[in-house]
Amino acid sequence: MTERQKKRVTHGLIITWTGALLVFLYLPILCVVLASFSKARYFRFPIPRYDSGWYEKAFESLTVRDLVSTSLSIALLVALVSVVLAFFGALAFARFDWRGRRIYQRLVLLPIFFPQAVLGLALLIWFSTVGIIPDWRTAVIAHLVWIVPIVTLVISIQAYSFDPALEEAAFDLGATRWQTLKEVTLPVLWPGVVSGALFAFLLSWGNFPLSLFTTGADQTVPEWLYAKMVSGYTPLVPTLGALTTASAAVVLLVGYLSWVFMRRAQGR
Amino acid sequence: MSSASDTMTAQPTIATQKIPRRRRLVSPGLLAALPVIIFLCVAFAAPLLAVLGYSFMPEKTFELTQAPTLENYLAIFSNSYYLSFTKSLGLALTTVVLLLVISWPIAYGMAKIFGRWANFLTLAIIIPLFVSENIRLFGWVLFLIKGGVMLGGLKAWFGIDGESMLYEVPAIVLGLVYVYLPFALFPMVLGVSMVPREVTEAAFDMGASRWQVFREVELPLAMPGILIGGLLTFILSLGSLAESKILGGQAVIMIADEIETAFTFGQNWPLGSALSMLLILFSGTLVLTLLNWIDLDKILGRGKGGNGD
Repeated sequence: MTERQKKRVTHGLIITWTGALLVFLYLPILCVVLASFSKARYFRFPIPRYDSGWYEKAFESLTVRDLVSTSLSIALLVALVSVVLAFFGALAFARFDWRGRRIYQRLVLLPIFFPQAVLGLALLIWFSTVGIIPDWRTAVIAHLVWIVPIVTLVISIQAYSFDPALEEAAFDLGATRWQTLKEVTLPVLWPGVVSGALFAFLLSWGNFPLSLFTTGADQTVPEWLYAKMVSGYTPLVPTLGALTTASAAVVLLVGYLSWVFMRRAQGR
Repeated sequence: MSSASDTMTAQPTIATQKIPRRRRLVSPGLLAALPVIIFLCVAFAAPLLAVLGYSFMPEKTFELTQAPTLENYLAIFSNSYYLSFTKSLGLALTTVVLLLVISWPIAYGMAKIFGRWANFLTLAIIIPLFVSENIRLFGWVLFLIKGGVMLGGLKAWFGIDGESMLYEVPAIVLGLVYVYLPFALFPMVLGVSMVPREVTEAAFDMGASRWQVFREVELPLAMPGILIGGLLTFILSLGSLAESKILGGQAVIMIADEIETAFTFGQNWPLGSALSMLLILFSGTLVLTLLNWIDLDKILGRGKGGNGD
């Protein structure tokens, strides 16, 4: 074999391997979607009869409505609060040079690497120690501990490309600190803020280990799915799983398109 | 003495004159960091301190007012908890080795071969991360279970009967590899993209074989990315819970499982806290070493540097 042929074979192998990875990544999601269209009470493959009856049941179910509204309230609140905290957090992370920055950068990232189940339990005993009864609002706090650092990271990546000369120019032209923030810094970092909010919403929407210990009597969709997986399987499990996956995909797509749009608007 | 105090009093006036108004406030960086710092102190540091406190309380107490004792830690070392620790460590290690081997060709492809397709691939790999972890793991249950997609399909189409691997150790490893793959892959892509093309070409020109180039050029130069990904996935797998619960049945009790049991069914917060502290200390040391060792500004700031090097 010549060098060229050898290279081609290697590239072919790598492409095949990568293709296999994509199959591997999407396979279980496909299985869930497949199972959601089965008519039978218990999942069997090949599926004897296809049916969309469980989707109708999911849309009519009051339980599902409760679960979705709990998950949605948590995710929206988490997205909102985390973006505000992380916007300033990212400025401190990437934009300003200050004395404690190195330590701050490292400490802020710690919660991301923390075992989530342990974090949830730690928060549970903390809430109980200070006398807070857990409900969906405590889950918001729990999600924030993990998500604020991630959003800070996302916005920081945008903030690194920020040219401080823009702010200085605004100051020199007599803008106040607040005006500069509103008219210069925020618009420049806006794409980062939007992707940060998107990350926050989706990660909160899908989170299980933190919710498990911190929602108290309330229940989120992933929690309910887990409870039913362990005992009392119903075909609503794959159906609701497929639905939440689909809604996450829609949010992601809309977010991505608006991000591209903003990027383009900014480029002009 | 007097001259020193003179300069001390003189300084502020000079400062106000020379430095513009905005610099006189608290450093803007600290000001911007303050909300996040306060939040993390209340909702992250304080709960951990509570766990630390409980770990020194006598067995099955629910308040922090008792006299501190070491009995929980002693109980851990005299009981079989070390088994969960070693099993978790073993599973995490296996996962990391598999992840590194699986990711290498893909990372290499993304950094060197795929060109603009790499962006598309990045997106395709990130998207599943937004699907709830236990839905994806449940998908594996449907695939692996007896009469499920794999075994049911094999039987119906090829007449092959097989045993399900679900609820065994390999299924847990599969779940861990599946969930944490992106966290090993992306740092590795960064690592491989730090290997300059000229250097590999030079090595080839001087007659090095493919294997030699891999071992003596690419691997060492990409090592930072590999190590970051490896450590990251090691820590994540070590503290994982859902994989062993959903795919593993009761095949292996992971350390996170023991902690959960102690807190919930066992109603023994001090024991759970002590177990948590051991896990936290172990992974915390690793994380801090890792974070201390990499240059965050350089890695994260690369994005704007333009189109990969």
